[in-house]
Amino acid sequence: MKALFALLKEYWGILCRPSVYFSLGFLTLGGFIAGIIFWGGFNTALEMTNTEKFCVSCHEMRDNVFVELKDTIHYSNRSGVRASCPDCHVPHEWTHKIARKMQASKEVWGKIFGTIDTRDKFVNLRRELAEHEWARLKANDSRECRNCHNFEFMDFTRQSKRAAAMHSTSLASGQATCIDCHKGIAHKLPDMHGVKGW
Amino acid sequence: MPFRIVPLLLLAVVGLAIAADVDYPLDAPGPDGRRPGGTLTQSMPAPPLANDENNDLKRERNYPDQPPTIPHSIRGYQIDKNGNKCLSCHSRANSARSQATMISITHYMDRDGQALAAVSPRRYFCNQCHVPQKEVKPLVGNTFETIDKILQDDANAANKP
Repeated sequence: MKALFALLKEYWGILCRPSVYFSLGFLTLGGFIAGIIFWGGFNTALEMTNTEKFCVSCHEMRDNVFVELKDTIHYSNRSGVRASCPDCHVPHEWTHKIARKMQASKEVWGKIFGTIDTRDKFVNLRRELAEHEWARLKANDSRECRNCHNFEFMDFTRQSKRAAAMHSTSLASGQATCIDCHKGIAHKLPDMHGVKGW
Repeated sequence: MPFRIVPLLLLAVVGLAIAADVDYPLDAPGPDGRRPGGTLTQSMPAPPLANDENNDLKRERNYPDQPPTIPHSIRGYQIDKNGNKCLSCHSRANSARSQATMISITHYMDRDGQALAAVSPRRYFCNQCHVPQKEVKPLVGNTFETIDKILQDDANAANKP
């Protein structure tokens, strides 16, 4: 502990002293350029992990959830607008995105230790995984849905009667959020025993 | 050696004679309604996919125990051992919240008429009996009349002098 303290003190001394060999211009410019490279590199790497291609590069995603997505309206529809994995599973705003990405380090752990590396393991864990996503969307008022589906611009007259009735009451008053009713719209559902409303 | 070919030649000649004599079209018209204007060997363009009827209006049943048709789209509804999307609105407990028609009491009975706590497994797969409708004309016409129509016709006939 004493040695560590001494080491820290030594480094603090170096940081406090003015530079002897390097010019101020080199240090500021070098720091600036290094900043660009590190920050740019970090962001590029982050965005690289934020693509569908990256998600389905693992067989866990490709063979289970991605094939299920392909049947749904969020993958193929008349207008060709589609949602990719991170559109729904990663927040778009930077702070929330970083928080989610840190959480997602658990997924790296899962990948390394093969938590869901077979179909059976995946099916067994599916309810738990689904509940994580339901809880996340419930807690943030379905923020990732609302990236595309904006309540302000919903035209109830263009919705079916049932949809308009639900959206203009429960959703409008904030009693319910998207995920309360729209579970399993992009992937198959796990065993739904005991889930409210099922 | 040449004599062995004679029966074969005879067969060929007779065959040709019969084939030339056919007086019905080999390329018959396709079944009614399915391929309007086409024949069995013709490839016709597939008819466009129609939209699901989605107006939430109950249709009349043609006979009392007809399973009612589904008056809305059921795209992506999951019905398997994990869950049943239909029941999330139409079950006994959920129909009050959703104001959807509750599935009939028969769905909560086993085949001996004994009441069950939950939907009977033999009634669980809704679209074995209940189906959505498309906005299309029927492919094949029919002359079915409901019993009400027949009774009415009878009454009308009796009233006439």
